[in-house]
Amino acid sequence: MAMINYAQTACRALAEAMRADASVIALGEDVGRGGIFGQYLGLQQEFGAARVIDTPISEATIMGAAVGMALTGLRPVVEMRVADFALCAIDEIVNQAAKNRYMFGGQGRVPLVARLPIGIWSASAAQHSQSLEAWFAHIPGLVVVAPATPADNYELLAAAIACDDPVIYMEHKELWSLAGELPPQRTAVLGQARVARPGSDLTLVTWSKQLHTALEAAAQAAQHGISVEVIDLRTIWPWDRDTVLASAARTGRMLVAHEAVQAAGFGAEIAASVAEALGIPVRRVGAPRVPVGYARTLEDVARVSAERLLHELERFVERGAQP
Amino acid sequence: MIPSPAEHLLDLYRVMARIRAFENAAEETSRGGVAVFGAATDTIALVRGPLHLSTGQEAVAAGVCANLARSDYLTSTHRGHGHTLAKGADTTAMMCELFGRASGSNHGKGGSMHIADFSVGMLGANGVVAAGIPIAVGAAHSAKIRGSSDVVACFFGDGAINRGPFLEGLNWAKIFALPVLFVCEDNRYSATTATDAMTAGAGAAARAQSMDIPAETVDGNDVLAVDAAARELLARIRAGGGPQFLHALTYRVKGHVSVDPAAYRAQSEVDGALEADPLKLAATRLQALGVAVARVAEIDAQAHAEIEAALAAARAAPWPQTEAAYTDVQDVGAGQWQ
Repeated sequence: MAMINYAQTACRALAEAMRADASVIALGEDVGRGGIFGQYLGLQQEFGAARVIDTPISEATIMGAAVGMALTGLRPVVEMRVADFALCAIDEIVNQAAKNRYMFGGQGRVPLVARLPIGIWSASAAQHSQSLEAWFAHIPGLVVVAPATPADNYELLAAAIACDDPVIYMEHKELWSLAGELPPQRTAVLGQARVARPGSDLTLVTWSKQLHTALEAAAQAAQHGISVEVIDLRTIWPWDRDTVLASAARTGRMLVAHEAVQAAGFGAEIAASVAEALGIPVRRVGAPRVPVGYARTLEDVARVSAERLLHELERFVERGAQP
Repeated sequence: MIPSPAEHLLDLYRVMARIRAFENAAEETSRGGVAVFGAATDTIALVRGPLHLSTGQEAVAAGVCANLARSDYLTSTHRGHGHTLAKGADTTAMMCELFGRASGSNHGKGGSMHIADFSVGMLGANGVVAAGIPIAVGAAHSAKIRGSSDVVACFFGDGAINRGPFLEGLNWAKIFALPVLFVCEDNRYSATTATDAMTAGAGAAARAQSMDIPAETVDGNDVLAVDAAARELLARIRAGGGPQFLHALTYRVKGHVSVDPAAYRAQSEVDGALEADPLKLAATRLQALGVAVARVAEIDAQAHAEIEAALAAARAAPWPQTEAAYTDVQDVGAGQWQ
């Protein structure tokens, strides 16, 4: 089977949705040229400028217009370029898209997908590198998705476009060129995690680009006799409690790792939930609460490396079941 | 058949009288409903929380909405009862919503600030200043993409022109040539501060004109002037002329919220505004057109009776069940509340 990368799979999912349903449209800055990461390549040529809409640099109105479109019968896919820029549209996301259905008593639905690429994009510094998934997971009304693989970026974007709820769809800016194979048929469901590597000594929950670091650390841990089960959460909200709890109950230890700042990160929610439900030892690993710096030496401080993860895994297991 | 000038003005007057009666009743039932401006809350207020009244601004809603079809869209502000009623919403469902009852237009989930009636194209009042502008622009963009002939009326206040979405939304509507009528309902106050002192340059219409959006400024208390300007601007929009802008000068007779005594302004200013009351102005015109005083009084009485019935229905209406707190949140993840 031919290899296809993370940007191309997203492009394919959107193209298929637009072919199948005239109400699906895309809008955002530079999407006509294919998007700055190539995730819209060829779409304006196929569907025209009326459905793949190049917009002014007006984040609030890109998102707000998408809300108006969604309330009146369209299914917009909204490009925010990087998650950091979506902060210029936070009212439109949090007060409008997330709440319209509820506060209007169910009179309107907001079936939009807002694409907010997250993560450190090397050498892009503090305003182009944040992982803000926990912000949006905190808001009732929103679904939050963070695909880690090319196959998931195909399947989960298709599922997000088909979803009648507003979806915050968080691709990772350093995964666009990651290549993989597409599965013969779509099976991914929003809200369902995936066991990326089975194991028995410890459950490691992660998502987005951190999955790949986690798999690397798990492979190294195996050489030291530690069997790590790696779970790719895929959907941050609603997160798959059943899969995580079943795994953690079996292994007896749960470590959650993410690229986002550790303090008040979504890992804290998972760790607390697992501890409450199972009473087993839990640990978190995330970035220190500092902005992402420009220089490589500074940027690396904000990354959770495989070496650090391996160290945390070993320390955790050596401590045994002591909380 | 074109109605006679008197019949036409009577129709406009009727809408204004209904809004006035609605606002008066809402004001009365909101006493003690919110703790702000030194007012205390009590437990008997039927309309609770911040209540923003459009008393004195009825001509803007009535004059614009007289020129909209039921399927046309409208976005509104936190001061949105008049727009909602004039667009055709049922006053009983509206009053039930203000009372927070299950039979309200939003099933008690929105209240005054989020009142909406999608069945008449009313896409929602909004608790955030200027937030309706991008939504209106999106609804107009949607109509264009779907090949629909619907147009959008976008109401906002004078305070909104100092927010970013105003600039973004007008620019967007112009570059995409969208069917939207921007209506700046200028009541001269941004919450409790006079807007003039907060606004650089020549104001709302000039800002629209700077983006080549045609703008008309009218006396917003003169319902015939609003009606005529809206008719002309909407005709241009329906003919494919792109966005148009109406700057309607009116006055906020009440405080920012119903319990705000608005002591920050001179009584002479308020007295002057009361002289220019839109209903009084229209009634005088009607008399000049030969309409009997009794006919106007009859409309006032009908409006009063309609709102009294709405109040009675709202008082008797059931509260939302607590389970309703969990409905219409989201489908994916429903049930996962922790």
